[in-house]
Amino acid sequence: MPDQSSHQIRVINRNQSFECAEDQVLLVGMERHSAAAISVGCRGGGCGVCKIRILAGEYETKRMSKAHISEAEQQRGYALACRVFPRTDLEIESDHYRAPESSYQQAAVTLSAVKQ
Amino acid sequence: MRKGVMRPGHIQIRVLDVEEALKHYRDLIGLIEVERDSQGRVYLKGWTEVDKFSVVLREADEPGMDFVGYKVLDNQVLERLHAELIGYGCNVEEIPAGELNGCGRRIRFDSPTGHMFEIYAEKEQTGKWGVGNVNPEAWPRGLKGMKATRFDHCLLYGPNIKGTLDLFRDVLGFELAEQVLDPEGTRIAQFLTVGMKAHDVAFIEHPEPGKFHHASFILDTWEDVLRAADLISMEDVSLDIGPTRHGLTHGKTIYFFDPSGNRSEVFCDGDYHYPDHEPVTWQAEQLGKAIFYHDRVLNDRFLTVLT
Repeated sequence: MPDQSSHQIRVINRNQSFECAEDQVLLVGMERHSAAAISVGCRGGGCGVCKIRILAGEYETKRMSKAHISEAEQQRGYALACRVFPRTDLEIESDHYRAPESSYQQAAVTLSAVKQ
Repeated sequence: MRKGVMRPGHIQIRVLDVEEALKHYRDLIGLIEVERDSQGRVYLKGWTEVDKFSVVLREADEPGMDFVGYKVLDNQVLERLHAELIGYGCNVEEIPAGELNGCGRRIRFDSPTGHMFEIYAEKEQTGKWGVGNVNPEAWPRGLKGMKATRFDHCLLYGPNIKGTLDLFRDVLGFELAEQVLDPEGTRIAQFLTVGMKAHDVAFIEHPEPGKFHHASFILDTWEDVLRAADLISMEDVSLDIGPTRHGLTHGKTIYFFDPSGNRSEVFCDGDYHYPDHEPVTWQAEQLGKAIFYHDRVLNDRFLTVLT
């Protein structure tokens, strides 16, 4: 019998799922299962890298950076996976973070192009 | 040419929850909690620092850095640099004495990379924590966690680092100690110093202005860095990377995140710089090794995760 306090998290866009306990945030639950369905950043609600949209299910959140999740977005189900506690099974969509391209990243692209 | 700026003095960091942040900066990194002000900001310092505080935590909706302050020799220098900053075209604001408890008048100015900086001449000196100034013992008992000795530097991301170098070098008298150049000779990273250290502040070229990469605290030894890594695991703290060594500055280091996602570094050792030294250059083709000397590969999270 499945643990009552653990919920199934389905990551629709990556076609993956993992179990997450009620007292765990989604990102930690995912990392504990060695899954790679959500990008991992600071794990503290600050950087925005693990931005997801929750399509179905109930959940609670801890405070998240307003720079990445506005109140309007929060109402539309956007959240940072490192701050979301599941209360039921969830259906989510990951990869909602859009990173600005830095010179370092450009250098990395140049570098890999040279190596190939 | 030096212009009378002495050293990094303070950094104000925004956190989502002050009590959680204290567990990180006080209990884990081992800074000393000094006091709280009427705005609810918390003041801390490393135990070897003679000034009253060097880290200020402010609760806010968006983590990141509010400003970094540098201490100048005296009020004459403060006045001269105040005028020069205005003349240079910075947006300059005067912050009255006492706005930060125990700190004198501050001159705040912006930079091309979109960060706020301050200079000030006076701050209450409460002395090193737990040891006197006459026949001092080696270290005080009762230090916590990583026992960081002082706030050392920060790394900031933003556009136009060349503009910020010009400002810091020409107006404030910082020197370029180390840099990363791409194949076209464009500088994509710069490490600046006002003393002998390899860096008092560092910048990386990035399209978004005003971003914060990390605040760094110094430890005594490599053994202390390893012990810091042990504490990060014991406390289940969000680890970024390390323990390892940088190519740039050659510091021995570990990176981890505070509970609001601001990155912290503790490190020891590294290169030194005198005013007659040419800048040390790393080529962008060797960027992986420049950043993490052992892994020699680029780490996406280290480069892109910011507050």
